[in-house]
Amino acid sequence: MASTDGKGIGKVIFSSSLGTLIEWYDFYIFGMLAKTISVQFFPEGNDTAALLSTLAIFAAGFLVRPFGALVFGRLGDMIGRKSTFLLTLVLMGGSTFLIGLIPGYRSIGIAAPLLVLLLRLVQGLALGGEYGGAATYVAEHSPVNKRGYYTSWIQTTATLGLFVALGVIMAVKSNMSDAAFTAEWGGWRYPFWISILLVGVSIYIRLKMSESPLYTKLKKEGKTSVNPLKESFGHKANFKMVLLALFGAVMGQGVIWYTGQFYAQSFLENTVKIEFMQNREILLWGIGLATPFFLVFGALSDTIGRKWIMLSGMLLGVIFYRPIFSTFLKDTDVKVWIQKDASLPEAVHPKEVIKVDTIDTGTAPMLVTHSKIHWALNDGIKFTENRADTTLRGTDGSAAVIKEDTRPNYTDKVLSTTLKWKFIFLVFAMILFVTMAYAPIAAFLVELFPTKIRYTSMSLPYHIGNGVFGGLVPFIATLLSASFVNDPLVGLWYPIAVAGLCLIIGAMFLSNKIDKNIND
Amino acid sequence: MNQLKRISGVLWMILAPVVIYLLVMGAVHNIDSTGTKDINKPIPWIIIITVFTPIAIGLMIFGFYSLKGEYDKLPESSDDL
Repeated sequence: MASTDGKGIGKVIFSSSLGTLIEWYDFYIFGMLAKTISVQFFPEGNDTAALLSTLAIFAAGFLVRPFGALVFGRLGDMIGRKSTFLLTLVLMGGSTFLIGLIPGYRSIGIAAPLLVLLLRLVQGLALGGEYGGAATYVAEHSPVNKRGYYTSWIQTTATLGLFVALGVIMAVKSNMSDAAFTAEWGGWRYPFWISILLVGVSIYIRLKMSESPLYTKLKKEGKTSVNPLKESFGHKANFKMVLLALFGAVMGQGVIWYTGQFYAQSFLENTVKIEFMQNREILLWGIGLATPFFLVFGALSDTIGRKWIMLSGMLLGVIFYRPIFSTFLKDTDVKVWIQKDASLPEAVHPKEVIKVDTIDTGTAPMLVTHSKIHWALNDGIKFTENRADTTLRGTDGSAAVIKEDTRPNYTDKVLSTTLKWKFIFLVFAMILFVTMAYAPIAAFLVELFPTKIRYTSMSLPYHIGNGVFGGLVPFIATLLSASFVNDPLVGLWYPIAVAGLCLIIGAMFLSNKIDKNIND
Repeated sequence: MNQLKRISGVLWMILAPVVIYLLVMGAVHNIDSTGTKDINKPIPWIIIITVFTPIAIGLMIFGFYSLKGEYDKLPESSDDL
């Protein structure tokens, strides 16, 4: 079977990648706007809403994505790649747009979180079905010597989807006040509404594409699978390859992907406490600079094989995660900043009293003053010191005793330009590891399974690897942090251990040979 | 290398129940009605253990296949599957 010519393959890659990028965008904006969504749909103090919120977070990623891989994988192997991933796009775009239209909890009560949960589950289902279809579709159009390169365009979409989501949210947010953004019908809804335009364009383009040539040939010959699930997971010869794909490649890739793209962002925001916009700026630069390397490593995998590039990405993560995250913490130590910058008197740092709590102790009244001190140091460094100072008033006319907060916390840190670029480099390095582990994986998975059950066989391990192993990074990190409170980097042992295990299994069991003939 | 693959199969078979044991113990120690974090809620644990149990069984099967030498020679083409 001849592969598609140069111009044709360009259209195939563009239409597949655009749709997949939009699906990732749709999936990410929900996570990125989680705080606002929580306020609008899952108010604190309501147990049912809290339960629905937890389900929306955990069920969509862990349960529904692998389920979507099975449902749509089966469909894709039975009725074709094109119609199936078109369907996933419609489901994803439609549910995203509808989330943006649901009135808040204050307007329609418990129906609001219920609808959001339902639509979030549809999103998870659709995402589970999209990737396998797009990767298979592109690979089945590609010549053997460019399969890794062409499918690496699909691999860029997960990162570019994050890039677009970040960019759209930042653009909307920077053009309005916080109150206008977070209001019930405020700016946070715009990214959801924008989705319908993107999806409309993508559906139009995809409708014009033809079915994969390999699948068309298979269908003409009457060789399509009648039961892809049974053939994928019920036959030992194929099932053992599904297990190998999961434990020898995708499991490690999933944690590397999640740690580089999401855990780093969350760590910089919640642990290091970098200011919201600067944190996103760092991530945007890191992603923007590293994304072309998906194509570099995809193309390289056509020359030297897939295995060692993927495993090198995992190895680099295992070696460098702790030093990188440790640098994030050390370089933003406020006490060191203050020591280095003794040039400015304290008076220039404006103090803002937020509230004063009066606590009746039975004897003398106790006042707790919550205040913010806005520090501005040399080199553009800024941060906010959040204090809670206690004042004990003497009842007998004696002077008040002030107990200063000895452990204030520091938030909204703005880094100097030099330090910002250092952090951009470190984030870039972590996303570079992602590009190594992730770029060749579509071609690797496609080559592992036969055409008639390819969509089903590759989708399930992919979504278990990324959705379950990757998606568990923040949960296990919180779990480890609760058990080992003295090590702020303890959460990293989970991705390090999973990537390390996958590295060992991959090195021992995987073949580096490129399967030249996927027409089977 | 094939000998090493077979021996490592035992390790993968042991690792699977260990992971499930650690998850169950994690749930027992951390589920707490007064806690506010996700690790204190039962629902995430139920979902995670439900999803991880078949994955761990998969790891055991992977270990069993390794031990039996099923991965000594990987298929060269789909005809071998």
